[in-house]
Amino acid sequence: MATPTSVRVALVGNPNVGKTTLFNQLTGLHQRVANFPGVTVERKVGTMKGETDVEVIDLPGTYSLTPRSMDEQIAHEVLVGRMDDPPDLVVCVVDAGNLERNLFLVSQLMDLGLHLIIALNMVDAAEENGLTVDASVLEEELGIPVVPVVAARGDGVDELKKQILDPPKPAKGHRWTLLDAVEAKIPDLSKQLSEEVPEVQPNHIRMEVLRALAEDKALNAWRSQAPVFVQTIETLRKEFAERGIAWRHAEVSGRYAWLGPISSKAVRKGKQLATLSDRIDAVLTHRIAGPLIFLILLVGIFQAVFSWANPAMNLIESGISAMAQWAHTVLPPGWGTDLLTDGIITGVGNVLVFFPQILLLFFFLGLMEDTGYMARSAFIMDRIMKGVGLSGGSVLPLLSSYACAIPGIMAARTLDSERERLITIMVAPLMSCSARLPVYTLFIGAFIPAGTVMGIIGYQGLAMFSMYMIGTLMAFAAAAVLKRFVFRRSDNYFVMELPPYRRPQLRQLLWRMIQRTKVFAVRAGKIILACSIVLWFLASFPHVDIDGESAPIREQAEELRTARYAEAQALLPGTNLSILADSSVENIAWMQAQSILIQADQEYDAAMDHADLVQQSAQIRGSAVGYLGRILEPVMQPLGFDWKISAGLVSAFAAREVIISTLGIIYSVGDTDEESVALRDALKADHYPDGRPVFTPLVAVSLLIFFVFALQCMSTLAIARRETNTWKWPLVMWCYMTGLAYLASLLIYQGGLLLGLS
Amino acid sequence: MTLHDLRPGESGEILGYKPGAVADRLMEMGMLPGSKVQVVRIAPFGDPMDLKIRGYHLSIRKTDAARIRIAKCEI
Repeated sequence: MATPTSVRVALVGNPNVGKTTLFNQLTGLHQRVANFPGVTVERKVGTMKGETDVEVIDLPGTYSLTPRSMDEQIAHEVLVGRMDDPPDLVVCVVDAGNLERNLFLVSQLMDLGLHLIIALNMVDAAEENGLTVDASVLEEELGIPVVPVVAARGDGVDELKKQILDPPKPAKGHRWTLLDAVEAKIPDLSKQLSEEVPEVQPNHIRMEVLRALAEDKALNAWRSQAPVFVQTIETLRKEFAERGIAWRHAEVSGRYAWLGPISSKAVRKGKQLATLSDRIDAVLTHRIAGPLIFLILLVGIFQAVFSWANPAMNLIESGISAMAQWAHTVLPPGWGTDLLTDGIITGVGNVLVFFPQILLLFFFLGLMEDTGYMARSAFIMDRIMKGVGLSGGSVLPLLSSYACAIPGIMAARTLDSERERLITIMVAPLMSCSARLPVYTLFIGAFIPAGTVMGIIGYQGLAMFSMYMIGTLMAFAAAAVLKRFVFRRSDNYFVMELPPYRRPQLRQLLWRMIQRTKVFAVRAGKIILACSIVLWFLASFPHVDIDGESAPIREQAEELRTARYAEAQALLPGTNLSILADSSVENIAWMQAQSILIQADQEYDAAMDHADLVQQSAQIRGSAVGYLGRILEPVMQPLGFDWKISAGLVSAFAAREVIISTLGIIYSVGDTDEESVALRDALKADHYPDGRPVFTPLVAVSLLIFFVFALQCMSTLAIARRETNTWKWPLVMWCYMTGLAYLASLLIYQGGLLLGLS
Repeated sequence: MTLHDLRPGESGEILGYKPGAVADRLMEMGMLPGSKVQVVRIAPFGDPMDLKIRGYHLSIRKTDAARIRIAKCEI
């Protein structure tokens, strides 16, 4: 990290003030994104352009230093030096168009006694809206250097850099006044706290005292360390309440009372017309047009994520299998090579194949964030989400989960309330993701008749739509249950800024999209890779006697080929057959012999391929996966699943779509995908020993329902583990979803049997 | 009268908070007793509200607005 001689600069500011844009201007691309230890808040660090010994850290956007959301807590802890070393200098980015509220954070920063500079951003947008901010007045009143900038254009960035290299004296704090009655108690309380907890820095004492006075959470944090202090405050609160003193709001009121006059002195208000942003809002949040536009945008994004990602996904898939094949030919045969090709390379492929969708989703999410539309979508949808304990902010994470639960779960980070974030994470995997699509396609294609309802809507399309609907409704139901029984006692409120619309910056958008994807790759990748390797072992061991079933097929093929060669030799006695293939002699006997040989080779190759498939089939049947399938069969039989489907479900834990290739191997059908006619026919043709078919439409529906609800995706578990920082929630998630899947399938299959369906 | 009673386009001056309000968060965002607040619009499905306070837009739910006491006034 930082060398002793380097200067560490922290960038802070409210959300939506162009902090990240300024960060990019200051650092160029010399930056890296990681996480703060133990939490999922992004930690962006870079070195200043042209000044490699100046390190800039971009703190999460925050309205105040009162630690309420995770972001605010991080910002607070960095600034007071509880996480990393305290910064040498703080640049507070302030929106010139919204000065007063932005200065609230500035006043809190001043009280920390830090070296502070204000970057007065977006002076151009403010002027367009009739607001001119006099930086020199502000500088004088606050006693802090104020540099006007337009971060998006890079204006004023050089001045800011100069100011950073020539840091001011520490800001003079506590310029605002408290209510006298409260102020009178501060010295005693400060003394008490510093006596009980000597570690608190002298210049933070006052802030800690005020916070403990105003906030129950902050007060409780001191309970074990400073019991006397806590007791004094509790008595004091009672006393204030009796005397009718607004102790809880004393700090905030005091700050705004001080800032109000400063702000009105510094800002000159011109003619204020309805801003462009207001006019856009009149359309985008219109009673009728608003929801309609939102719906159209969603469908568009969806469509784009699905269709644009497809070619790239296919390319990655074929690239991965080509690489596996290449490794097979280059490396000596053996189980080490198999582990590398079928376990590790396929495992990496399982992660990589999600990239196109994730990149696209992050792009669109970033676009919505940067333009300010994200807040509007939350504004529009909040009413609908409120009923199930969520808020408008959960709409996007949940919708993203239709493509893939992983970016969906990651997008839940934008939620303020921890309870909403957890509920969103917990129900996101119920939204039918794109990995379920191949499974839906295969089984609906094979077992749902192709007819139509009233000549318009096909049964198959209807079935597909139902899968998505069932999953979505269950997600809402699960959220409602979680809200009622699990997260009952948490707060539930919705206070959200609707920032002005802004023009997005492509470079920044792309950069963040790549950074977020990288974080996903590193976080989930490790766990996915490990699971892939474990699953490979389960499918490959114990090793089945290779010659068992495939040897007779191979022998037969050899015999047949030998016979065919003899046949050809009989036509051309005395000729060396090996020259036959390349020769073009015009002679009936030659031509006949040639076609016999070609046919013989083709037959031989086909038989050998079949032998390979039979061998793979024998392997998986004899492996731990097949064994598990048979162990599970009694449990799964009530759902209509035999051991083969059960084995497929075991392997599908890696990723849902793997069930198709597993079934393909078990049924010895080569080259399987969801459109494979061969696999469909094989499924339909399979019978139990007593002659009943293994797959009936009822079994197919039961299996489809199982896939709607079951959490068969280690990537989701991995990312949920990372985002919640505990194994508890992923475990609960897996249990409730699998339980749900089992019960629903049981109900469908047994109910269907009772109704006489098959 | 509470903020919940204002119709779009109307303004009021905040008098104080009723118990149970998310007062600390709202006050930090500038919704202090004495501040003027305008109801700009109601979201398409009837909740939340879009408020204008200290020159910026803030969105809160009607249940929270009903805990903010106001006196109606001109902008």
